[in-house]
Amino acid sequence: MNPIYDRLEIYLIAAAFLLAAGFYGLVRRRTLIGMLISGELIFSAASLNLMAFNRFTVQDPAVGQIFVLFIMGLAAAEVAIALSIIIAVYRNYRSVTTRELSELNG
Amino acid sequence: MTAFPAADQLAAGIFVICLLTMGIGALIAVLSIRIIHSVCGLAITCVGLAGLYYFLHSPFLALMEILIYVGAVCVTIVFAIMLSEPDEPAKAEPRAAALAWSGVAVVIAAAIFWGLCHLGTRGNWPRPARTGDGSIAEIGKALLTNYSMAFELISLALLVAILGALAVARTGRTRP
Repeated sequence: MNPIYDRLEIYLIAAAFLLAAGFYGLVRRRTLIGMLISGELIFSAASLNLMAFNRFTVQDPAVGQIFVLFIMGLAAAEVAIALSIIIAVYRNYRSVTTRELSELNG
Repeated sequence: MTAFPAADQLAAGIFVICLLTMGIGALIAVLSIRIIHSVCGLAITCVGLAGLYYFLHSPFLALMEILIYVGAVCVTIVFAIMLSEPDEPAKAEPRAAALAWSGVAVVIAAAIFWGLCHLGTRGNWPRPARTGDGSIAEIGKALLTNYSMAFELISLALLVAILGALAVARTGRTRP
């Protein structure tokens, strides 16, 4: 039996927990910034899954690290865009709660 | 053969601490009322995640996780919180509806968690032989040879994201 930090299942369960927590937050949060934070949790779950499989089931362990690095870069770009959109929404509506952004809701 | 007698137990203890840090941070991030506590939870999650990356034999990604997520993403979100007022209103919806929706969310999240745990623990994952050691030198070589195109595209995406963020946040600034 491998030690606890050397077993693939532990990492998969941790990533599943992160995904579930992020999904719960995405459904429950009522502000745009809260939903963005939950989205970041989901990104982290995907990165952890990739890294776990990269450590245990891949021949060349550099590949997964590079892909997680790309995920981090894209997440940073996504956060920059999303936050600027949130700032623009706040300037127009004076609010970032999702319930009040209902101009297109006929 | 390790020099220190209880090295395995010590490493396991540190691993469990990292796992708990990650889990508690995620719970703070999704369950707290005030949004600034939520950002702190995200930062705590990323610190725990960096520890897990270290246990996955990737100190480079652990450093990058702290640098990018805690240092850049969380700080940017804190700036956005200061510029807007994102705290949730006290009674935005009726209490029964709120309870029902959180019940539905908990059920779906638990189903996702259970399903993924089932898949992950039952799966018979292959264990092929390793060809490289995944060191920083190998990552650097791969970034500049096999993945140079994607590397350049990432830099282009970041440039476009910065310009787009500036353009989007600039509109409406002259309005009252």
